[in-house]
Amino acid sequence: MTDHTLSSPQPKQTRRLPQINPVYFILAALIVAIILNNPNFVEPSGYMNFLKRAAPLAILAAGQVYVIVSGGFDLSVGSLITLVVVGSSMLSNNDPSSTWWVICVMLGIGLGVGLVNGLVVCFLKVPSLIATLGMMITLNGIAFMWSGGAPRGYLPESFRYFGRFNIRDVPLIQMLPVAVIVMAVVGFALYWLMHRTNLGRMIHAVGDNPRAAQLAGVPINRVRVSAFVISSLSAVIAGILLGGFGGVSTDVGTGYELQAITAAVLGGAQLLGGRGSVPAAIAGALTLTAIFTLLNFLGLPQPVRQVVQGLILIAAVALAMYRRKRTGQ
Amino acid sequence: MTQTPVIEMKGIGKRFPGVVALHDVSFACQRGEVHALVGENGAGKSTLIKILSGVYQPDDGDVLVEGKPVRFRHPVDALAAGISVIYQEFSLLPERTVTQNIFLGREITRNWMLDDEAMRTETQRVLDMFGAGSRIDPDALVSELDVASQQMVEIAKAISLNARVLVMDEPTAALNESECRELFEIVDKLRDHGTAVIYITHRMREVTRLADRVTVLKDGEVAARFDHVPEPSAIVHAMVGRDIADFYAPFATADEIGATVLSVQGGGNSALRNIDFELKAGEILGFAGIQGAGRVALAMAMFGARPFDTGTMMLAGEKVHFTHPRQAIRAGIGLLPGDRKGEGLTLMQSVRDNGMLSPRAFGSLVGSHKKNDFTDVSGMDGLLDRMEVKAASYDQEIKLLSGGNQQKAIVARWLALKPKVLIFIEPTRGIDVNAKAGIYHLMRDLARAGAGIIMISSDLPEVIGAADRILVMREGTIVAEHKAGASETAIMLDATGETEVAA
Repeated sequence: MTDHTLSSPQPKQTRRLPQINPVYFILAALIVAIILNNPNFVEPSGYMNFLKRAAPLAILAAGQVYVIVSGGFDLSVGSLITLVVVGSSMLSNNDPSSTWWVICVMLGIGLGVGLVNGLVVCFLKVPSLIATLGMMITLNGIAFMWSGGAPRGYLPESFRYFGRFNIRDVPLIQMLPVAVIVMAVVGFALYWLMHRTNLGRMIHAVGDNPRAAQLAGVPINRVRVSAFVISSLSAVIAGILLGGFGGVSTDVGTGYELQAITAAVLGGAQLLGGRGSVPAAIAGALTLTAIFTLLNFLGLPQPVRQVVQGLILIAAVALAMYRRKRTGQ
Repeated sequence: MTQTPVIEMKGIGKRFPGVVALHDVSFACQRGEVHALVGENGAGKSTLIKILSGVYQPDDGDVLVEGKPVRFRHPVDALAAGISVIYQEFSLLPERTVTQNIFLGREITRNWMLDDEAMRTETQRVLDMFGAGSRIDPDALVSELDVASQQMVEIAKAISLNARVLVMDEPTAALNESECRELFEIVDKLRDHGTAVIYITHRMREVTRLADRVTVLKDGEVAARFDHVPEPSAIVHAMVGRDIADFYAPFATADEIGATVLSVQGGGNSALRNIDFELKAGEILGFAGIQGAGRVALAMAMFGARPFDTGTMMLAGEKVHFTHPRQAIRAGIGLLPGDRKGEGLTLMQSVRDNGMLSPRAFGSLVGSHKKNDFTDVSGMDGLLDRMEVKAASYDQEIKLLSGGNQQKAIVARWLALKPKVLIFIEPTRGIDVNAKAGIYHLMRDLARAGAGIIMISSDLPEVIGAADRILVMREGTIVAEHKAGASETAIMLDATGETEVAA
């Protein structure tokens, strides 16, 4: 019957202007609000530190978008971050020369976690929400066991370089944190993979209609597993940056999985799959960080952040649903 | 026939946006009779039943129960008036017992507690009423029962609701021969108890076996009404007797038909048996049959989605066995699913992305989305242009396109891969007349270009008009072959198993 509806006369669809994702407007508005509260923000030390602080979440959100667009969730990324920080500290044992092989081991762990997540979802048919929730609890436990419950002070300086170091005396911008470079490189790579390759288009197709994708010849299991692996690897990179930010503890990554999902949804990623954008998810991460920054300026206590984050998540999804309904899905 | 019918529908009309589903349909059913309601897919049977059961409200006409006009606003109203419908998809909860299902939502209580004993006794009584008491344990989980028993539970549920009118929508679709016989006996018993049974079916032998009266629907109108059971051929004629529009492409000439490109010998699996046929390059091979005859199962077996367990399949001279669609596609088979939205399209993606889906699936994972071994973006746009896909832009979401244009985008997906065999399942379902003609000509063009085309359709005139050769399937196997332009009656008789009746 729908087809008849479609062929019957209806207001001609005007060729829409290239639509700009609303998240960019929200981000711009928030930055203006921050500047009004704190004029120093326009200085490089202001905005660069902001970007640096946002970098781990931005990378995490860019990875999370892969899983969301493919039709799932990845809740294991927060505890993977914790495991990366705790594990790196245990393995490196304050030896600065260990940094490179430790990072390789961590990427290996990320690859393994992503593979297990993906294979459990694809072949054991466990819904991704449950599969990655189980992984989240497991990884948290492993991190605790590994550290013996008492993680030590700080990672070696050479490891903390990525999260902590600022390159000074850069023309025009004076300082450039390494974390921001990492964010830009990873962000671009994930953008390219999602929006410029066959894999990216297939992730969209699988999240949109897995049955149709399968009958069209898409290797849906390979595609889904790839999405989980990418998300896990992005969590490892986020963990390496966060290890540079502060001390080693077993709650470094706590709550990051939900922040990443919130950021991706703020960027317009569609829950249950089929639509989403890496740049918009990064913008979503910056937006979330900007909101937290603003709440800080306003002197609101930490618990308020959680309340706000929860409300934003609900509001963003409700808004997306409303927009879709209005455009006639 | 002087008594007041237990239900009567008078001058029923129902319109959906852009289509008249029912026009001036009248229908009545007496106590203690089985009234067969027959018609092709899309003739309006389901709409009529949904009006009777309160799912839809009619735009015109009246529904009368025992001669009094009623207006059902909700299926619960119809249930309360004693009208129960057993749909093809059962409405039972699999992880509940038979008793729990029968009393779902109206459990007997005593002192605020469930009275399990009373419910079990009543269930047993109802099951015994039609001789199913020994076969079905009231405490068995529904998921443990076979399909036929589940259907009996549905019937028992209706009886325990004191149904005066029982509608059965193609009840034998999932039953085997002996289960069918049991069902017929149950229907006989219901009739003896004074229940009015409305029996929807495609199968002539069921009409002959069961019905007291027959009403034939076609294109939303009553095409014929019989107060006795006529010869099956008379019913079939009333069902299909429409003009065949001449918008089909010409048939293949002898020299257009080439060598055998695909053949199956002794193919079988849980839904199929003894499948033997050959498909030649350059021909359109039509598959006719009623729903559940195994046509789609055969397509999915050839495509590797539900593989053959037995038999051999040859593709272009080589023995093949596909267990996954990817293998079949790589070997040169394409398939257009019958459920376009559910199995064909990725609705949120663009027209072009839908066309590029299969070519991309066989390219390198990190290869550019704009170009692969099979085609590139401009090549895809060229294909879409050639098929005259009407879209404001190929970047537009495909869900905004009409059904015919959506179908063409799926065809484009396969054209880019240049398949040896292309299987069309219900290629014109739900698309308008002009778009249909476009699809027929497209299929013919592909055949002329050397592909073997398989066309599975429930629209009989379409199969006759478009296919060079027609295979008829029934109960999981191929039962007959007809030449191009065979008569609808002859095919329908094969499809329904009434071969002994002269066409």
